[in-house]
Amino acid sequence: MIDFMQKLGHRTLSKLAAFGRSGQILFQSVVAKPAPVMMFPLLIKQIYFVGVLSLIIIVVSGLFIGMVLGLQGYTILADYGSEEAVGQMVALSLVRELAPVVTALLFAGRAGSALTAEIGLMKATEQLASLEMIGVDPLRRIIAPRLYAGFICMPLLTMIFAVVGVWGAALVAVDWLGIYSGSYWVNMQQSVDFMSDVVNGLIKAVVFGFVVTWIAVYQGYDCVPTSEGISQATTRTVVYSSLAVLGLDFILTALMFGDL
Amino acid sequence: MEAVSPATGSASSMLEDVIVEIKDLTFSRGNRPIFKGVDIKIPRGKVTAIMGPSGTGKTTLLKLIGGQLRPDSGDIVVEGSSVPSLGRKDLFVIREKMGMLFQSGALFTDMNVFDNIAFPIRVHTQLPEEMIRDIVLMKLQAVGLRGAYDLMPSELSGGMARRVALARAISLDPNIVMYDEPFTGQDPIAMGVLVNLIRRLNQALGHTSIIVSHDIQETLSIADYIYLIADGKVIAHGTPDQLKTIESEQVRQFVEGLPDGPVPFHYQAPDFLEQLMHKGVSR
Repeated sequence: MIDFMQKLGHRTLSKLAAFGRSGQILFQSVVAKPAPVMMFPLLIKQIYFVGVLSLIIIVVSGLFIGMVLGLQGYTILADYGSEEAVGQMVALSLVRELAPVVTALLFAGRAGSALTAEIGLMKATEQLASLEMIGVDPLRRIIAPRLYAGFICMPLLTMIFAVVGVWGAALVAVDWLGIYSGSYWVNMQQSVDFMSDVVNGLIKAVVFGFVVTWIAVYQGYDCVPTSEGISQATTRTVVYSSLAVLGLDFILTALMFGDL
Repeated sequence: MEAVSPATGSASSMLEDVIVEIKDLTFSRGNRPIFKGVDIKIPRGKVTAIMGPSGTGKTTLLKLIGGQLRPDSGDIVVEGSSVPSLGRKDLFVIREKMGMLFQSGALFTDMNVFDNIAFPIRVHTQLPEEMIRDIVLMKLQAVGLRGAYDLMPSELSGGMARRVALARAISLDPNIVMYDEPFTGQDPIAMGVLVNLIRRLNQALGHTSIIVSHDIQETLSIADYIYLIADGKVIAHGTPDQLKTIESEQVRQFVEGLPDGPVPFHYQAPDFLEQLMHKGVSR
């Protein structure tokens, strides 16, 4: 029993210490003395790696999820004779929930794991130590541009996901199943509110982008610099990010739409 | 545990002008003590070797000098500044005066050879690109790799990568260059080239070289002064000639490369027969 308590206490303390270290990394790389001139070219490069290279998976996933939503929505709504409302259903589902959540999960799997592996490998090959010895702070040179790139790219990818999803649903509902396109688009336009739906969805995307990127860079920076350590850190990035996104989604949804 | 003080006049005078001084250093990793009260003086402008068996904390010592690790107690003074008491910003400033050759080379894999060497210059100076080009070519010429300026690190052999890393380490003409196991894993030709380069660059550029190594012959051939570390302490120090005359068993074992002695061949373990008889109890 004492052993169990000791292990529990040790694990709790090490988790708290890790949380403290992740906060310190975030503060020192982003908050403390940003260097925009030095960072701009590095940021552009990272936006390419984190954002542009994630486009394919986001677009393809958005398209298929939109198409499935259109098909399922039509099937269910047709039972009640209200298949014209499929546009409204698809848009609200995507903008409020699916676009930010699924984009964040995909982002964690594609960009988050890549960030962790890259930084972990830089640590294992002593590139981070080498930067320190050259007199360059790796938190500002390596971590900060990746964090900012994640913050910037996630909301953009979420918007792209939602737009492609709505278009995919239209392909199925309008072009294939024959719903009148006027009803599809007008219902959507009338029911989706810019502030309460679109902006709230984007706020979620910003929060998820922040959390996923923070977890990814921290796991890479703090990993054990061995092949096994990097592999475990990469797995932790995907698992922790996914859980954090789903948990935060509930909290944010309750805060944003809980009074309805 | 014989500690030999330099007896010759030249060795004594060597330690009068000191660039790095380590005073009563203690450092542990978890519960395992690495250093237990180490005192080391690194003479300015000379090649000083820190030697000892694997796992004695030689690389850790370089990280302590560079401020990447902080000691449990004691002090490390580099050019008059106490490294453990420096803040993060001041540490980065003092590191501009240091160059380090990592065991793995630690070249930036997303940059070619030219950009790897130009990187410290671009970061720390406002020199025009034309001048940076000339400096980089001079450094590459010094290490014999001017023709490899546009290769990526993945296209270099181990020896070439080590030489490019050396060119990068000296790109800002630092006062101190630290070499972490520079000869490990090198073929005889590459090793000879590196030995020659380290000595030649030290003489030509006038910087202080600190070599961490367990390659005895190569290190003895270029070092002006040697510290031998074992069991968390300095067990001997002196010029290469002085070290060869020390009678201590521990020193003899290391210098002559004997497989068994005060540093045992076997890692600490329970009695072999007893362990064999108790199958399944523990591995």
